[in-house]
Amino acid sequence: MAAGAAGPGPGSGPGDSPEGPEAEAPERRRKAHGMLKLYYGLSEGETAGRPPGSDPLDPTDLNGAHFDPEVYLDKLRRECPLAQLMDSETDMVRQIRALDSDMQTLVYENYNKFISATDTIRKMKNDFRKMEDEMDRLATNMAVITDFSARISATLQDRHERITKLAGVHALLRKLQFLFELPSCLTKCVELGAYGQAVRYQGRARAVLQQYQHLPSFRAIQDDCQVITARLAQQLRQRFREGGSGAPEQAECVELLLALGEPAEELCAEFLEHARGRLEAELRSLEAELGPSPPAPDVLEFTDHGGSGFVGGLCQVASAYQELFAAQGPAGAEKLAAFARELGGRYFALVERRLAQEQGSGDNSLLVRALDRFHRRLRAPGALLAAAGLAEAATEIVERVARERLGHHLQGLRAAFLGCLTDVRQALAAPRLAGKEGPGLAELLANVASSILSHIKASLAAVHLFTAKEVSFSNKPYFRGEFCSQGVREGLIVGFIRSMCQTAQSFCDSPGEKGGATPPALLLLLSRLCLDYETATISYILTLTDEQFLVQDQSPVTPVSTLCAEARETARRLLTHYVKVQGLVISQMLRKSVETRDWLSTLEPRNVRAVMKRVVEDTTAIDVQVGLLYEEGVRKAQSSDSSKRTFSVYSSSRQQGRYAPSYTPSAPMDTNLLSNIQKLFSERIDVFSPVEFNKVSVLTGIIKISLKTLLECVRLRTFGRFGLQQVQVDCHFLQLYLWRFVADEELVHLLLDEVVASAALRCPDPVPMEPSVVEVICERG
Amino acid sequence: MEDDAPVIYGLEFQARALTPQTAETDAIRFLVGTQSLKYDNQIHIIDFDDENNIINKNVLLHQVGEIWHISTSPADRGVLATCYNKPSDSKVLTCAAVWRMPKELEPGSHESPDDSSSTAHSLELLCHLDDTAHGSTACVTWEPTGDGKKVISLADNHILLWDLQESSGQAVLASSASLEGKGQLKFTSGRWSPHHAGTQVATASDTTVRGWDTRSMSQIYCIENAHGQLVRDLDFNPNKQYYLASCGDDCKVKFWDTRNVTEPVKTLEEHSHWSQEPPRDGVIATYEEHEDSVYAADWSSADPWLFASLSYDGRLVINRVPRALKYHILL
Repeated sequence: MAAGAAGPGPGSGPGDSPEGPEAEAPERRRKAHGMLKLYYGLSEGETAGRPPGSDPLDPTDLNGAHFDPEVYLDKLRRECPLAQLMDSETDMVRQIRALDSDMQTLVYENYNKFISATDTIRKMKNDFRKMEDEMDRLATNMAVITDFSARISATLQDRHERITKLAGVHALLRKLQFLFELPSCLTKCVELGAYGQAVRYQGRARAVLQQYQHLPSFRAIQDDCQVITARLAQQLRQRFREGGSGAPEQAECVELLLALGEPAEELCAEFLEHARGRLEAELRSLEAELGPSPPAPDVLEFTDHGGSGFVGGLCQVASAYQELFAAQGPAGAEKLAAFARELGGRYFALVERRLAQEQGSGDNSLLVRALDRFHRRLRAPGALLAAAGLAEAATEIVERVARERLGHHLQGLRAAFLGCLTDVRQALAAPRLAGKEGPGLAELLANVASSILSHIKASLAAVHLFTAKEVSFSNKPYFRGEFCSQGVREGLIVGFIRSMCQTAQSFCDSPGEKGGATPPALLLLLSRLCLDYETATISYILTLTDEQFLVQDQSPVTPVSTLCAEARETARRLLTHYVKVQGLVISQMLRKSVETRDWLSTLEPRNVRAVMKRVVEDTTAIDVQVGLLYEEGVRKAQSSDSSKRTFSVYSSSRQQGRYAPSYTPSAPMDTNLLSNIQKLFSERIDVFSPVEFNKVSVLTGIIKISLKTLLECVRLRTFGRFGLQQVQVDCHFLQLYLWRFVADEELVHLLLDEVVASAALRCPDPVPMEPSVVEVICERG
Repeated sequence: MEDDAPVIYGLEFQARALTPQTAETDAIRFLVGTQSLKYDNQIHIIDFDDENNIINKNVLLHQVGEIWHISTSPADRGVLATCYNKPSDSKVLTCAAVWRMPKELEPGSHESPDDSSSTAHSLELLCHLDDTAHGSTACVTWEPTGDGKKVISLADNHILLWDLQESSGQAVLASSASLEGKGQLKFTSGRWSPHHAGTQVATASDTTVRGWDTRSMSQIYCIENAHGQLVRDLDFNPNKQYYLASCGDDCKVKFWDTRNVTEPVKTLEEHSHWSQEPPRDGVIATYEEHEDSVYAADWSSADPWLFASLSYDGRLVINRVPRALKYHILL
């Protein structure tokens, strides 16, 4: 086989890699393998070792299958220069030499292996022959052993049968001996009080004696036994009736009596009767704890006591009964259920009486723990006696208590709210005594709000104990659903917020004139409180509640928006009432001042009347008060000369109905026609327009009411010239100071205008004061 | 012309006195007294023709002064009483007098209203209910069921029962009582109960409502602090014996049972600002034709479903109870 060209010639094979000898070695080996494969007709070598692009059928390919030396040589000779030919020749010779030595090594190695394999086979042949001999010997020995064994069996056969028979006789004799000894044995047992053993013996012998009673000897034994058994039964009953021993011994007695074949029905009645006696004693001791004379233990102790005493006893009775009288079937079970129902009912009555004593206490955790114990203890008998419905009844009691607690907490929250209000009243009253104006309303409001909120949170935390995971009844449907949604959310929280709104609203409804009037500041504070609730607190509280009590109930709940609307309405009513109260206070002042004065014979005005100053002072005080809690609000753009208006007498008045169909032309009343027409275009003033939640709106309302009163009072009086002038002065003064409080100063102007106009109409001699003089007086005063 | 729209009549003076003609039960007729300090005051007799929705009026001159209160005799259609301001130099004194209107204006003597509309007639003075010692008269109320001879007037803190004799030509003070107490107590209003055979009168003074027995002139009940502020007016329910309505400056209308006066039967707070004359059964509908303060409203004596209201600017509005509501109450 010719070596591939190693040179950089065009026909160079995959062997000549430029990387050097260490990369060349595996390459070459692979080539050799490839050739072998090719020789053995394995096609994969053809494709694997070949660089892509070279034609497998190329006869000039040194490593190809179709290599033709002649063609190759021809090609070399034809194509290559001499030097290259020489090179390829040397190269080829070197390769051939290398291949030859490779081949030699392979042949030598294989020969060695072949020799050692031949040696091994020879040795194996030898060993096998030895083994065959030993196997033959083993077979013969086994045959001998089998033979011996058969012979021994044959000899022993006879003796074995005899032994079996003898053993049977021995057993029989033992039984007979037991029978004969039975009466004395029984007597001894009875005497020793080993009733269990006696009953066991009797039970074992009974069937045999029954069977062989025709034999006189056996009959005598049977008679004896019966007498003894009767005595035994007698004694057992005696012991059972005495009942001194605990339930387990009694159960044992009953078991023995049953084994003696006593009538089960009678026994079970008697058993229950005894159990009743014991349980009733437990109940009595519980009742004694309830009693008023000894200091009642705390509720946890009580339920513990009841749980271990009564409920434990009931459990024992029930399980013993079920074990003993299982054969009684449903009738027996029913008897037990009725028994448990009756006593359970009495137990529940006692527990409820005890729980009722907890009504007023504030400690929920103790109560919840007690209820938890109570409920947990009743799960065992509940499972034993599903028919008696004890667990359900217990759950019901727990639910009832939970409901009552909710009611109690609602009551507590209400009381807390009322307490806050009392505190506020006192705080409002106190500084006034000290002569200090404007107590920290904002502070009071914050106090009230935070105090209520903390009360609510405390209540939530307290009732949350009922739903704690570790409490045994928290997974009952009531506590997962209704308790959370209807109880806590609706009953407690929504209920409280509603009642708060109602309480607040009641301050509007109550006849404020009858003693103990609500201080206006309280109205204002409550109004702001309700408004705050509307904007934030309600949704906060409800979110808190919903988070703490993951409501799984689908029953409808009051939406936040409804509650907010109620709170807003309350706030609005309170603020409206505040406006009304304050307005009426100022009105009263104005009315008295107009009514008590003799306007006909009054002197020429030199001063603003003191009452007007008082009105302005009070209004300012109200402004400050409202400003503590409510935002400023918006007012219409002010004209700079608003304080510079002076009232002219004829600025407006209305004497003529403008729809007058039967207008009398003779009436000489057209002086005011112009101002009347002017009035037509100004808006009618709605004195009690709805109040908005800001300071300006509140003050506007109060001032409107006050000025309207002034107007009405003026219309009821008759004025002299100076009386009219005094009104002029007063009104100007009011205008000077009141415009800044209201939303629309035009309103104050209109109303005061009308007051002066009305006074002028009520004056037979209307000579108004010079506006400049009015101004001077007002500025002075 | 069955129309619920109110009918409006305008006077050229300011007015606050309004009364139905009590003795008249056929025609719908109201009397309005004007208030003017400078001009002669008038009493307008307003006839409302229900079928044609037309108002006829007659004007009587009332020259003695501006009218603060007016009431009519329940027995004689021609007789009325007014309380009026008598101007004097330094004081205003309110007097009361009983008047007779001219014969031709009495109902029944039908003359063409056009003739009389411009020419004002004068009232004929029958007698003064004056006793200057008693002060200003606030109100005159007639015995509602009697023969028109008994009149009560309220003057300052006195309640005076007058006997009108010689066809009202002379008023004799029959009996009187007075309020005692600190401060200036003044009656503001009074009404004679149509029940109890005319023996009860209710009066208002400051915040208190009092009931009087006219036979002994003694107080029979007293509602202290009936309202938070001044009580302006009161009225009896003609259909329910013990029911009394009052209204005050606290913008409330309260209904009282005179047998138990500690608590009002019902309180309404719908009024904006001073209520002046109580309607009989709560707010039924709101009427908004007035531009100025309404000081008086009164039911017609002829048609129980019709009432007039009078505002200070001299506008009289005759309103009907909405028909739907009327039938709802009736049926």
